[in-house]
Amino acid sequence: MSAEAHGHDHGHDHEHEHHHKDTFITKYIFSIDHKMIAKQYLITGIVMGVIGIAMSLLFRMQLAWPEESFKIFNVLLGDKFAPDGVMANDIYLALVTIHGTIMVFFVLTAGLSGTFSNLLIPLQIGARDMASGFMNMISYWLFFLSAVIMLCSLFVEAGPASAGWTIYPPLSALPQAIPGSGTGMTLWLVSMAIFIASSLMGSLNYIVTVLNLRTKGMSMTRLPLTIWTFFVTAIIGVISFPVLLSAALLLIFDRSFGTSFFLSDIYIAGEVLHYQGGSPVLFEHLFWFLGHPEVYIVILPAMGLVSEIMATNARKPIFGYRAMIMSVLAIAFLSTIVWGHHMFISGMNPFLGSVFTFTTLLIAIPSAVKAFNWITTLWKGNLQFNPAMLFSIGMVSTFITGGLTGIILGDSTLDINVHDTYFVIAHFHLVMGISALYGMFAGIYHWFPKMYGRMLNKNLGYIHFWVTAVCAYGVFFPMHFIGLAGLPRRYYTNTNFPLFDDLQNVNVLITTFALVGGAFQLVFLYNFFSSIFYGKKAVQNPWRSTTLEWTTPVEHIHGNWPGEIPHVYRWPYDYSNPNHDVDFVPQNVPMKEGEEVLHH
Amino acid sequence: MTSLLVIIVLVLLAVALWQLTKIFDLTQVGTSSDDSQVASDNDNNIQGYIMFGFLAFIYIFTIYGLLKWGNLALHTPASEHGGLVDNLMNITWVLIFTVQVITQGLLYWFSFKYKGNKEKKALFFADSNKLEAIWSIIPSVVLACLILYGLYAWNNIMFVDKDEDVIEIELYAQQFKWTARYAGQDNVLGKANVRLIEGVNTLGVDMSDPNAQDDIVVSELHIPKGKKVHFKMRSQDVLHSAYFPHFRAQMNCVPGMVTEFAFVPTYTTSEYRELPFMVEKVANINKLRAEKSVELVAKGGTALDPYTFDYLLLCNKICGASHYNMQMKVVVDTPEDYKKWLSEKTTLAQDIKAAAAAEKPAEGAAPTTDTAAKVIDTVKTVVDTVKAAVAKVAMK
Repeated sequence: MSAEAHGHDHGHDHEHEHHHKDTFITKYIFSIDHKMIAKQYLITGIVMGVIGIAMSLLFRMQLAWPEESFKIFNVLLGDKFAPDGVMANDIYLALVTIHGTIMVFFVLTAGLSGTFSNLLIPLQIGARDMASGFMNMISYWLFFLSAVIMLCSLFVEAGPASAGWTIYPPLSALPQAIPGSGTGMTLWLVSMAIFIASSLMGSLNYIVTVLNLRTKGMSMTRLPLTIWTFFVTAIIGVISFPVLLSAALLLIFDRSFGTSFFLSDIYIAGEVLHYQGGSPVLFEHLFWFLGHPEVYIVILPAMGLVSEIMATNARKPIFGYRAMIMSVLAIAFLSTIVWGHHMFISGMNPFLGSVFTFTTLLIAIPSAVKAFNWITTLWKGNLQFNPAMLFSIGMVSTFITGGLTGIILGDSTLDINVHDTYFVIAHFHLVMGISALYGMFAGIYHWFPKMYGRMLNKNLGYIHFWVTAVCAYGVFFPMHFIGLAGLPRRYYTNTNFPLFDDLQNVNVLITTFALVGGAFQLVFLYNFFSSIFYGKKAVQNPWRSTTLEWTTPVEHIHGNWPGEIPHVYRWPYDYSNPNHDVDFVPQNVPMKEGEEVLHH
Repeated sequence: MTSLLVIIVLVLLAVALWQLTKIFDLTQVGTSSDDSQVASDNDNNIQGYIMFGFLAFIYIFTIYGLLKWGNLALHTPASEHGGLVDNLMNITWVLIFTVQVITQGLLYWFSFKYKGNKEKKALFFADSNKLEAIWSIIPSVVLACLILYGLYAWNNIMFVDKDEDVIEIELYAQQFKWTARYAGQDNVLGKANVRLIEGVNTLGVDMSDPNAQDDIVVSELHIPKGKKVHFKMRSQDVLHSAYFPHFRAQMNCVPGMVTEFAFVPTYTTSEYRELPFMVEKVANINKLRAEKSVELVAKGGTALDPYTFDYLLLCNKICGASHYNMQMKVVVDTPEDYKKWLSEKTTLAQDIKAAAAAEKPAEGAAPTTDTAAKVIDTVKTVVDTVKAAVAKVAMK
């Protein structure tokens, strides 16, 4: 291939690369190269993921063997929060809270979107870098700072924030109500404010880059679906994150300056507080105006990655390219008008509940379109089961399983009785937690050669997938049943309710699956970190893919392409095109004379 | 600790597998080319079969779950509207199971059937408006039906007819305790605000309001069968959620505002205890508790009490460290028993009078009332702190 030849031909180096000598600091730390920033996001995301998942294992152990003594609790949580190895009830809530925060924001928003938007947007649209490399660098370092602050909050004396990741006031506003709402909550809010700033800078960069820096011939309808989802995700982020920032600021005012935006008529610890006229329901509205789009910020990039990987490994065009774009746009639009389904029983006017039921259930339509399109993409394909493909199929599977129970939770009538029970935990972990995580794993297995120039070990990948797949269902499928039994979430233990005694065996099973699944993530970590240094050297286009990132040389260079940026002549899914003998035609290959476009 | 043993075994198994792959990799060293980490035809074949196996796993696990845990789910609703909710729930479940079985079946069946090899070429099938139309229109129609039924049920449940004959009861939430206030003879609750909390008037009822004079405050909720009960919820500190799982009822309690929910109980507590499914459930729970008791006694602890069913009101919105233990017993009586129970209760006005009378002698004994009150307050705080500490230790 000609591009490969270019890669080794330093005589034709473009002026962009090797223009100035990189020091260690400008290359690995304060880099403005999107590929390095993507790797920084990924590593930070993985570190945060390890912490977040480890926390979930700790509180799962408490749930399975309530108030039993484990040495590891004492080692990890200290004498204050786990005296004699028994987990205290306030640290349980803190673990739940920080697990949610870390997984939703630091792993599945920044870790997923930050990594792959940064890596793939310039490479797949044919740009030398992001529109503003400097802003991109600031974006990463603000994210890093917010992660550090969040981790610091684990070490404050009264414990980290523990009012749930949704931080509903007054609980989150009053240290008298729960110890974690003191310094821990302050740090949480500061961390999130910085995180939002980081996210906004990233999103603006993605939007501008996609709109302005596409190479010649790369029209919007020739963009790979990955780019479409990153683009739409960035737009949702820009619309909704500022609202969370405003909620966080108003909460800071209430906490520190005595305003009453969210607080009213409170009597606590033997005294009446001065707050009057505020409403916690207002906070819920502001929070979920971000909170709901946030789940799509998490899942849409995963959908994009899966679509791309599925087409490549099925050796077949993604089915219904335009329908896929339309459904992403529909989901994005609907995602901003459904937030009230988290609040059916919050005390808001029941009429609003009717409206939100209607808009919420509508989302099932574009979601169904996507699911059926993925399944049809497999039909009569020539499926290459690389680990990335396994995770992609797994993602479709968990997205369907988890998505279907959304029909129950989105229906206000049915939500009354399953609201805030383990049924909700089962639903959202499958539909956005596990699915997005699978999307992220798929992306890592698929683009690892692009990031590090080496291959991940496929056999370890297979083991990683199958154990994870069995354990994910093993953990979250039984949770539906204990939710339907009426077991509320966020209970430190259920032993005060003999009514729930018959659920204990299920809890033990769930925890066992969780511990095994958690342990097998070590296989991935080993594979990932050892392959960076010792993996098999990658060829330029190992998966025989059509998109532009595989026309760049394996060795990273500033500016991505030596010489000119390739022009684009066709859509990104010309797999098994009957007009060609090879089963893939890269986007930069001109149309043959008289070749017809075979798709809409 | 058998589970821990299982975990250790599985971890060892993992290590073994790991070593095996390493050996497997080493055997390939001589033949390895640059695409050795790309799926080969052999890999496709093996993974294709595992895909099929995984489909079987999902189906079997689902059936196993339904058989083994299906009876854990809440059964017969104990309220009038509960039937409507459960009916909609059942319809939705049928739909979900059908779609789940078909889509997962197709997904993994196609994965198995079209596992690739290097000679084959996939079918170029990029789009079909007909297919897209089918799977946009069918879900739309099905969802439209669900939405209409859902909205019908929702409106029936949530809007209380103002002319209806209902019993007004206030549910009052605080960390970590529920209290109920009955409206008394006039069936109108007196006004209240947390700023009026004082002494025995822990709910901040405005005693200058004529409607408040006959209000009754209790810590155990009794409601009559067959009569609509209109709950008005308040909270004094943080968000709580009043969750009555058996009645399919739930509403948040929000400081600064009054929220509401109404339902008609259809089984008295003793009737509900006699239902066959409940007899079976309680027997099962007691069997588990007996086993646990044997374990506890062996360790030198005390045995657990046997369990009898009672309706419960739970808190279902995180409200602080002891959120997991915020509950109130709910008793559904026959209308006669209910009347009798309520008539035995003293009104809040009487409680306040009695408390004032009890405090009088103390006032006389002390030289200045102010210091006396302060001393009493201090003693109270100390007692409360000790109580809390004792309770905490007891919980541990």
